[in-house]
Amino acid sequence: MSEKVSDSAQVTTKSSRLSAMIKKTAAGKVAPENTVLVWPNLVYLELICMMVAVSVILFLSLVAPAPLEELASADTTPNPTKAPWYFLGLQELLVYFDPWLAGMVLPTLMLVGLILIPYLDPNPRGKGYYTFSERKFSMLVFSFGLGLWYALIFVGVFFRGLDWSWYWPWDDWHVHQPAGAAKLIDLEIILQSSLGLSESPLITLGRYAVTTANLLTWVILGAFYGIGFTVPFLFFRDFYRKLGFVRYNLVMFFFISMMGVPMKIFVRLLADVKYVLVTPWFKI
Amino acid sequence: MLSLLQKIREAVNKTQVFKSIFRHGYPDTDGNRALVMFSNIILHLHPVRVRRGALKIKFTWCLGGLTFLFFILLAITGVILMFYYVPDTRRAYNDIRDLETVIYFGSLFRAVHRWSAHAMVFSVWMHMTRVFMTGSYKPPREFNWVVGVILLVTTLVLSWTGYLLPWDQLALWAVTVGSKMAEATPFIGAAGPFGPELGFGPENDMAFALLGGTIVGQSALLRFYVLHCLALPLITALFIAVHFWRIRKDGFSGPL
Repeated sequence: MSEKVSDSAQVTTKSSRLSAMIKKTAAGKVAPENTVLVWPNLVYLELICMMVAVSVILFLSLVAPAPLEELASADTTPNPTKAPWYFLGLQELLVYFDPWLAGMVLPTLMLVGLILIPYLDPNPRGKGYYTFSERKFSMLVFSFGLGLWYALIFVGVFFRGLDWSWYWPWDDWHVHQPAGAAKLIDLEIILQSSLGLSESPLITLGRYAVTTANLLTWVILGAFYGIGFTVPFLFFRDFYRKLGFVRYNLVMFFFISMMGVPMKIFVRLLADVKYVLVTPWFKI
Repeated sequence: MLSLLQKIREAVNKTQVFKSIFRHGYPDTDGNRALVMFSNIILHLHPVRVRRGALKIKFTWCLGGLTFLFFILLAITGVILMFYYVPDTRRAYNDIRDLETVIYFGSLFRAVHRWSAHAMVFSVWMHMTRVFMTGSYKPPREFNWVVGVILLVTTLVLSWTGYLLPWDQLALWAVTVGSKMAEATPFIGAAGPFGPELGFGPENDMAFALLGGTIVGQSALLRFYVLHCLALPLITALFIAVHFWRIRKDGFSGPL
């Protein structure tokens, strides 16, 4: 008998908890009239979405089956050698940067930068709705990075042919483009010859012979970051104040580094500069 | 006709078998619609009620759910493909040829696997873009964005490791491009800055660890196979679980 009583008591608490759950939402504080039951409203929506997506995948699979090329062979290198499309942005960066930068350091910076976004954006507005006017800076920076990423992929997929040369859609993709890489020159050589600087090293650190021109390239790179860090600090006090010291420095480091990528690309395309900084261990 | 179907359903709902599986009636009352969320392992990812705004397709574009769907499609077709594939450089290519030419629906399963993989990479990117644009990473959801970035990485590595398995020219050389980059890792790559200075050569560097050798050969194929079919799917599933759990715990950021 007592067992039966406790059993029914349990049922009562369970059902009252349940009826509370029916009315309550995950957010907790939302009025019940602004909410709907997940079954059938959301579950059916998900079902429809799923069926449409599966149909699209099946259709694509039937009209465009997976390709299979010749058996892998270390003896024949395809030209060009292309990575899958989602990595072509990185492969395109290889034109402008050495592999340690294009393949390792830049992707690492991208991922660390992405991870840090929520911790670097102190703006409480624009949470849970689309807005540009309430968060212009973060929107512009993110869209710029995203645009750069897609632009590089687009070039890699549609404009790179034999020898990773540039091909327009109307070019003959079976004929090699005339080689243009030979005239590329390092920034320090340009500085050395145009300013008439001495070729003899100022100091020698092991393998590293530091010439005046080489020192100057360090100064230029340092100035790129230095100016980038200082200008907003001096002239956009409000921006600095909102972020605080740690966030400001992290934001500016990632922002300036990101801007450095298209800048190096332009310097390369417009002035035929191969490296802006050369050391025996790494080149940028 | 409808009433007949309804009668059949009501009769089925009363059977011991139905009750043993579902523990409650068909979800056509508010009570059962709530209970179904508690008692169904897949549906219990959902809350019982959502805000009306959460149903707006123009807010989420269903992108997170689509990514999960592609992951499930990949798991299903992947298991089927594994039945026919041996990660041996002498027969891997022929196994794929068999899938394409001999095995019933082999070509279709392979094509679905490939398209789902492309679609998953794309939908992950789109989903992250949407989450950024709606500011849904803002407190208290910062950590779930971090989990999302981890899932982005596992998705890309899964795609990349799968690229090698057909063992055709496309596979070999796409992975060779990637391993050249691993060789150039700073400090731990044979061709990277300060790598040689720290004692890393082709026989012990980052690329060697990745490929299990100095070239993309049998060890690399086995490593990529194990990573692709076992290690990475498990890691991804784990982080997906955390990702979903956190959505429930942190609440949904969408409009009313």
